[in-house]
Amino acid sequence: MFAYLIRRLLATIPVMGVVAVVVFSLLYLTPGDPASLIAGDHASLQDIERIRVNLGLDKPFLIQFGTWLWNIVRGDLGISIYSNQPVLDMIVQRVEPTLALSICVLVVSLTLAIPMGVIAAWKVGTWIDRLIMGFAVLGFSFPVFVIAYGMVLVFSLNLEWLPVQGYVSIKEGFWAFLPHMVMPSLALGWIFAALVARMTRAAMLEVLSQDYIRTAQSKGLGTSKILIGHALKNASVPIVTTIGIGIALLISGVVVTETVFAIPGIGRLTVDAILRRDYPVIQGAVLVFSFLYVLVNLAIDIAYIFLDPRIRY
Amino acid sequence: MSVLVDNAIDVPVTPRMTWRETLRRHPTMILGGTVLTLLILMAIFAPLLTSLDPNALRPPRRLRWPSAEYWFGTDMIGRDIYSRILYGARVSLIVGFGVAICSTLAGLFIGLVAGFNRTGDAVIMRIMDGLMAIPPILLAIALMALTRASIENVIVAITIAEVPRVVRLVRGVVLTLREQPFVEAARASGTRAWVILMRHILPNTMAPLIVQATYICASAIITEAILSFLGAGVPPTVPSWGNIISEGRTLFQVAAYIVVIPGLFLSVTVLAINLVGDGLRDALDPRLARRM
Repeated sequence: MFAYLIRRLLATIPVMGVVAVVVFSLLYLTPGDPASLIAGDHASLQDIERIRVNLGLDKPFLIQFGTWLWNIVRGDLGISIYSNQPVLDMIVQRVEPTLALSICVLVVSLTLAIPMGVIAAWKVGTWIDRLIMGFAVLGFSFPVFVIAYGMVLVFSLNLEWLPVQGYVSIKEGFWAFLPHMVMPSLALGWIFAALVARMTRAAMLEVLSQDYIRTAQSKGLGTSKILIGHALKNASVPIVTTIGIGIALLISGVVVTETVFAIPGIGRLTVDAILRRDYPVIQGAVLVFSFLYVLVNLAIDIAYIFLDPRIRY
Repeated sequence: MSVLVDNAIDVPVTPRMTWRETLRRHPTMILGGTVLTLLILMAIFAPLLTSLDPNALRPPRRLRWPSAEYWFGTDMIGRDIYSRILYGARVSLIVGFGVAICSTLAGLFIGLVAGFNRTGDAVIMRIMDGLMAIPPILLAIALMALTRASIENVIVAITIAEVPRVVRLVRGVVLTLREQPFVEAARASGTRAWVILMRHILPNTMAPLIVQATYICASAIITEAILSFLGAGVPPTVPSWGNIISEGRTLFQVAAYIVVIPGLFLSVTVLAINLVGDGLRDALDPRLARRM
């Protein structure tokens, strides 16, 4: 098992390497002069030159890549063209709202999706199953900002139950924090729940057709014990895998949700950077989010060992 | 590339159920197909359905709520939202179908190479793993930040973000088929590799690939809308549903219809495509259908 852990850890290095190469070489693969594109249409020659030097575009490719990679390994993601601050500092300052939102979304969606998937599989073919799967198809089809604005229209503008937008840190008290989190986590949570509910149902159906489930039934075990104790436990591996892969969806959703609800997180930082053509910040955000994604999936792979003792490496 | 495709179409994919039976069992697919057809007709005949230029400014008539004169109202600079919605359907559908076609073709080609060539496989899959680690919308944002905003660039950016998933799918199918007795028999009887590829492998990738293409189409339409919404999509001069929502966003509290109407069109379009996709999946791949 220890050898597996080491191998799994080492396997993340090529993935992160490819991410770094891709994020870096985007500047080169795109047609045209990146410095003048980033500077925009009204930039002076000095501005373009300043950006060229800032991004190191005046040096040979391999030297640039080497320097850039070495800086990243040391935790230096470059300097923002717009604010002249180190990119890493800008990202670190905005971690808290993004993390809070992501955790709320995960909590909301998993508490909804897993029971829904289990019930849909248990009642497969009935109207409850169709209702739950219909809910999932809607979640796949509605872009997150459409759900978000719909909620704002109903709960903020018509009913006036919740604030339209904004963010209050949890440090200022849970009850001040909560109202601002309800709509963002429900809007994004619905989409994430659709994904997880569908996978839970599929995995449960697979397990429920196994012989040992029939054995459990014939020895008179209660339905809830069979569903949770026997079926869900054995269906957990594909469900957890889906959650891990779905983190990419979650991250994309966070970027949009933060924009709709004016939450000052990393997603909002990225969107502001697009509008300001602040490429080092975009690059940094893409790297940090991808790194998180790889880390989460690493953690999940390791968790399998504990979830499923049948897995031996 | 085109050779691959021509051959693919010649080989019939035998569905396990007849089409009529499938349609009877999946009324939602008929619903989705009808709605999608209507939307495509709406996009094609946009100039006939409205007499108003979607980009014409009428400042004195700005922010009119939906009425008999302006069906979907006007925006903050007096442009008619109804005609902008009609023309916006073109952008969404072109991007959706464009990405679906480009990414399946590219993914099919790369996936076949990866599945058939062991050295190529290791390199290609490492690159695909790396690309998949970048959340698709962020990859598209990073690409769009470096190019001029245009529909073509949006299609390319979303295609690059979607390709790794197609490659994985195709490679998976090829890897399982490669070990099947009928492929081994073909190889043993001296059939050349590319004939095996064309005659035995390719037809078997078609069913999952077509299903995947519809889902890619749906997700590309959402991604385009998100990119435009965030200011990294098609240029603001082009009326697209994402752009209309993005422009109406600041006025949401006084003129919600600017956001709600394109939002509904967007959701209905994606829903229709997803329903068609679910129907196709059930018809073409019963094994998968039972699982989902």
